[in-house]
Amino acid sequence: MTTPGTTAPNPPGAHLPEHPDHLWTDAEPKKVYDVVVVGGGGHGLATAHYLAKNHGITNVAVLEKGWLAGGNMARNTTLIRSNYLWDESAGIYEHALKLWEGLEEDLGYPILFSQRGVLNLAHTEQDVRDSVRRVEANRLNGIDAEWLGPDEVAKICPIVNVSADIRYPVQGATFQPRAGIAKHDYVAWGFARRASEAGIDIIQNCEVTGFVRDGDRVTGVHTTRGTIAAGTVALCAAGHTSTLLDMLGVRAPLQSHPLQALVSELLEPVHPTIVMSNAVHVYVSQAHKGELVMGAGVDSYNGYGQRGAFHIIERQMAAAVELFPVFARAHLLRSWAGIVDVTPDASPIVGATPYENVFLNCGWGTGGFKATPGLGWAFADTVAHGRPHPLVAPFGLDRFVTGALVDEHGAAAVAH
Amino acid sequence: MQLIACPWCGPREETEFSFGGQAGVAYPEHPASLTDEQWAHFVFFRDNPKGPAAERWVHAAGCRRWFTAVRDTRTHRFLTTPELTS
Repeated sequence: MTTPGTTAPNPPGAHLPEHPDHLWTDAEPKKVYDVVVVGGGGHGLATAHYLAKNHGITNVAVLEKGWLAGGNMARNTTLIRSNYLWDESAGIYEHALKLWEGLEEDLGYPILFSQRGVLNLAHTEQDVRDSVRRVEANRLNGIDAEWLGPDEVAKICPIVNVSADIRYPVQGATFQPRAGIAKHDYVAWGFARRASEAGIDIIQNCEVTGFVRDGDRVTGVHTTRGTIAAGTVALCAAGHTSTLLDMLGVRAPLQSHPLQALVSELLEPVHPTIVMSNAVHVYVSQAHKGELVMGAGVDSYNGYGQRGAFHIIERQMAAAVELFPVFARAHLLRSWAGIVDVTPDASPIVGATPYENVFLNCGWGTGGFKATPGLGWAFADTVAHGRPHPLVAPFGLDRFVTGALVDEHGAAAVAH
Repeated sequence: MQLIACPWCGPREETEFSFGGQAGVAYPEHPASLTDEQWAHFVFFRDNPKGPAAERWVHAAGCRRWFTAVRDTRTHRFLTTPELTS
């Protein structure tokens, strides 16, 4: 019974927007398309959107083997930041961040992009040196970045334990105020809605089972829903890219690993920002609805099963409780895993393949979500013009032969 | 966590082992004669099958010896009991 003079509290999520009446059309495959995008996750849908919006190419199919955005797009921890060390990475991730900042208007759809900032904690002297270096590199690239001492860390995120008596005391942190989180499902639906409106076919339950080859061209794809002819093929299959490339006889330095994430039960707002720690390996944010969202590194072995080992998340939880003693009594609600394709230099592979009309987008490993609009923009341009867009040109498959690697291991502020 | 059968020690917890990647990748016989592309493939390129894969594992927190095992990457389950290898 409600006591007079009080009102019942709103249930969690009551402030979130209602779903629209119409999202996208579940299309039947046609016989032929100008562009076939393989993979209906964030990157595939964003590529389709920018093909229509920036290049006027709308005779496009997005083929999804399961349901729309049901792979890594449904499983990531939604962190968006651009504080990467190297110029090449800064270029693509900062382009993405700028697009994120206008994406709600562009898509005409709420994506709940919340620029609450990211703290990357430093726990050792070497962490401090690397972090300060990264702050300077970010600033030179026009990216917002600050170096904060432990007291300033505590001001931004009071629940972080900055006392000196823990195993790895917080020596400071880098802070990117423009970083944030977004609602991953809404992002996918927003892109899908716009692409569908533009006349692009989003075809679900349509798995690519082979390619129709003619010399150094691919003229179509065999799928579980029939053969579809294609002018150009754009691969956006993330963790399953190797299975497609094996069909094409193309080798790429990809290893697929399970990456786990987990959420707590719904809690009152306690965590105002995003905290990442490389040394005490965990990253934590609080979703709009109230769950603490956490993740860490991949399971060490290769795997395509969308689940991981318990000892990995046990270690994550230990790290989280060390840094946030207030979490000690929070209950874990559920955990899951996605399949991420990791490259030797922890940077993506985007661009040409040995086939003149097949373009590759893969290898984003643990960090693909934040790149979604930036990659979609640059990959659509790559597909439309048949050559790599300048922002993705450094990420070609040929860099493993030339040696021009973009080594973001650790340098990107998170271990992979 | 699963149990992994070390050929010397028997079944032990997964946390005692480390994954060593694809089995059967031999150091090039004539390294000096390799092209850049052949080097790239030796250093960086590995199989990434969805299904059974022959892999190197080491019982790092046990006998510290290496062995080859076949594991299904879809289920993460070990398909063969590793055999003693020298």
